[in-house]
Amino acid sequence: MTVIEPHVERDHVPAPDDATTRQGRAWKNRLFKLAMLFCMFVAFGTLAVLLVDTLVTGWPALSSQLLTGLPSTVAGEAGARPAILATLYLGALVLLFSVPIGVLTAIYLEEYANRERWWNRAIEVNIQNLAAVPAIVYGILGLAFIVRGIGVGRVVLAGGLILTLVVLPTVVVASREAIRSVPDSIRQGAFALGATKWQVVWRQVLPAAIPGMATGAILALSRAVGETAPLIMVGAITYVAFNPTLMGPYTALPVQIYNWTKQPDADFQVLAAAGAVVLLVIVLSMNAVAIVLRNRYRRQW
Amino acid sequence: MTIRALLTLLSCCAALTLTAVGCGGDDESSGDGGSLISTDGSSTVGPFTTRAAEDWKSDGGGDVTVGISGTGGGFERFCAGETDISNASRQIDEEEVALCEEAGVEYVELQVATDALTNVVPTSNEWATCLTVEQLSAIWGPGSKVSSWNQVDPSFPDTPLKLYGPGTDSGTFDYFTDVINGEEGASRTDFSASEDDNVIVQGVSGSEGGLGYLGFSYFEENQDTLKALEVDGGSGCVAPSVAAAQDGTYTPLARPLFMYVKLSSLTDNESVSDFVSYTLENAEAIATEAQFVPLNADQIAEQQQKLEGATS
Amino acid sequence: MTTADATVARPAATTLPRKKVRWGEQVVHLVLFVAAAISVLTTVGIVVSLVLPALDFFREVSPVDFFTGTTWAPLFLDAQFGVVPLVVGTFVISFWSALVAFPLGIGVAIYLSEYAAPRATAFLKPILEILAAIPTVVLGYFALTFVTPFLRDQLNVQVEIFNALSASLVLGIMLIPTVATLSEDAMAAVPRDLRDGGYALGADKLQVSTRIVVPAAVSGIIAAFVLAFSRAVGETMIVLIAAGQLAQITFDPRETIETITAFIGATGNGDVPTGSTEYKTIFAVGLTLFVMTLVMNLISIRLVRKYREVYE
Repeated sequence: MTVIEPHVERDHVPAPDDATTRQGRAWKNRLFKLAMLFCMFVAFGTLAVLLVDTLVTGWPALSSQLLTGLPSTVAGEAGARPAILATLYLGALVLLFSVPIGVLTAIYLEEYANRERWWNRAIEVNIQNLAAVPAIVYGILGLAFIVRGIGVGRVVLAGGLILTLVVLPTVVVASREAIRSVPDSIRQGAFALGATKWQVVWRQVLPAAIPGMATGAILALSRAVGETAPLIMVGAITYVAFNPTLMGPYTALPVQIYNWTKQPDADFQVLAAAGAVVLLVIVLSMNAVAIVLRNRYRRQW
Repeated sequence: MTIRALLTLLSCCAALTLTAVGCGGDDESSGDGGSLISTDGSSTVGPFTTRAAEDWKSDGGGDVTVGISGTGGGFERFCAGETDISNASRQIDEEEVALCEEAGVEYVELQVATDALTNVVPTSNEWATCLTVEQLSAIWGPGSKVSSWNQVDPSFPDTPLKLYGPGTDSGTFDYFTDVINGEEGASRTDFSASEDDNVIVQGVSGSEGGLGYLGFSYFEENQDTLKALEVDGGSGCVAPSVAAAQDGTYTPLARPLFMYVKLSSLTDNESVSDFVSYTLENAEAIATEAQFVPLNADQIAEQQQKLEGATS
Repeated sequence: MTTADATVARPAATTLPRKKVRWGEQVVHLVLFVAAAISVLTTVGIVVSLVLPALDFFREVSPVDFFTGTTWAPLFLDAQFGVVPLVVGTFVISFWSALVAFPLGIGVAIYLSEYAAPRATAFLKPILEILAAIPTVVLGYFALTFVTPFLRDQLNVQVEIFNALSASLVLGIMLIPTVATLSEDAMAAVPRDLRDGGYALGADKLQVSTRIVVPAAVSGIIAAFVLAFSRAVGETMIVLIAAGQLAQITFDPRETIETITAFIGATGNGDVPTGSTEYKTIFAVGLTLFVMTLVMNLISIRLVRKYREVYE
């Protein structure tokens, strides 16, 4: 009597009794894990090398003069005070503009927009696309409309507006995530108690979503502060030896570093590294604040 | 609790911005254009103007911004009325004169220093010491296919030629192409072009077969990585130097450097006339500090007379 | 022992009374819509600011010449407007940086998702974010002053002082967090059951990672790749500082090249006069860039939708 044995496709799962294959497999696994570790090593190692190299190169020029002095053609006397101040002002402007607009947009998209309507879907796709646009294109936009079109000129305000546009998609996305993470039961409970839509948003949803929004805003801010390309396009001038004002010429810290990098004189390279250290301190501390915020206020629903 | 934190953060930032606006009023630099002097133009002349601005400020003067968008770019802004002073490493040309006339911008042309346009190679280059004008033209002329040093002179090694030069907005470019290639703007196009002479320094000093041309001050600043080539303009090889530029033996690459000052700025803005007179008075010191070829006393007197004539 | 009273008072009508219009709510709705519309205005602005001057440009320069020409010399006397060298330069940079970012990014993602202990992950992910937060100007500086000398002196790779390789390497490292975070999210979304099933059948970690998790997460991983690639295409500062300004067609990463973004960044420095040729080339080239990144973004969205595995 023949027994029909079903033909089973043995997959590459090894036969359990085969010792050599098991050894071979163990070896392969170790190799694979090493490969993954290697990837981690390259990524984090490069980061470490970059930070150390920048710090070591810039160390000689890290002094109060860097922070309080004015730029100069003499490397020994140069400082970055106007640039640092301008960077801080730009950051303030970006926060001032992008947070309200971004949060309001996020509220609109999450709470108010009727997804059936084509224009609301268009807005959503639109924001997704804007997030992918290179920063330099925003620079071109700024050049055409803000500097030339409205005629505001190469002033701090123009730089602030353009950077706002650059980071706006980020703020919107982060705020939307934050709003979405608020459970619906909270909203329904408020509605059940007779609240209007705006009351629900303002008194229940927003307070619960604020940590997420704050994190998003700070991350967006740290990105804006480090952006160089759009500012170059709207004319953050080379040599500015006075404190920036809202409607005055300016140069931002990243642009100052860029200018110093171009100078072949070794002293200026040191200055560039020192400037980079200052910029890194600003950016990384903002990131640290954001991460701490996120971890500390993460709600468990 | 976190709402309060966020609101405090926002209001702090708003306060910061307001103080920025507020401080603008009573700082030594008011951004209202009354005392702020805006200059733009040649990246060759830029360091001179910057040095002048620094010296003037430490002597009690006001604030000056210096842009380096190139002589051509500078003139376009100048004739559009956007700047008070245009730095130029060549004279204003007919088109630009017409542009300024159309816009009603009147100006006075002042020579502030002299430049010995220098051809540079890296210090590692041991074979080249002198090039004739014909050789330079063969290298840089439009459509030139010279790609290695031995094509310039058979006694040179077969090292690939890596060319670095100023971009088309640069007065240095205009001047060089004019005297070497015979026509302003006529040049081969396959070289690394940058308006910023510092990038040229970086490029040439980092390439074994590098060759570039730039303002004398940039060579002087980087003598540890660059070597200057002597130029034979028909009467023997002459090295670029302050003396050779002043007495005219460094031909054809000795050239005047200018500041064009808008007349209306001179009369309306006291700082401008203050700054310009200061610059002329101390032209020799500033040029030496910034490593340019300074004007001699007669030349300075001539320019000062010109300035006076323009404002009377 | 009362039963529910059947005579509970009921409103006379069976429909609800008409909702009173709350004007406050309408105003809020309007304000919010306006805020959202700002993003639309931005896109419209980008399109308008790019398309109109670009059209103007294409009236003077034939699109065929532009898109197929192989010499990019737009600002010279005998201007050539072939954008191919710029596109090739952009592609070379993006290709090499993708070669770095994709494998390393996936490796990091697999490690964090499958191998690392949760505590280690909580510690490592923020560090990854730090890598992503480094300003690109600092990365460009690092590429020029550390990576290029390192390649030349330590590894004996004969690169030009400005070369595509240094820029690509650094750009690739910068993109690792992008690839890693998105891929890791995609892998984390793969249900545990699939993994457990694999382990139950006797598979080891290597097999589970590479044959179960990665294929299941492939749509997210591809989206990560496309996003990273599009970021590489749009990156400006790293290439501006380290890759050079020589528009030539070469696939050798040791050579100097010029990308679209570097051209825009070097030429459009805020002082370019409106209406000039330089001004218009910026827009034509900028439009090309914008369309490229837009198309990549749409492809990425499409791919995600097409290959997304749906779990019940």
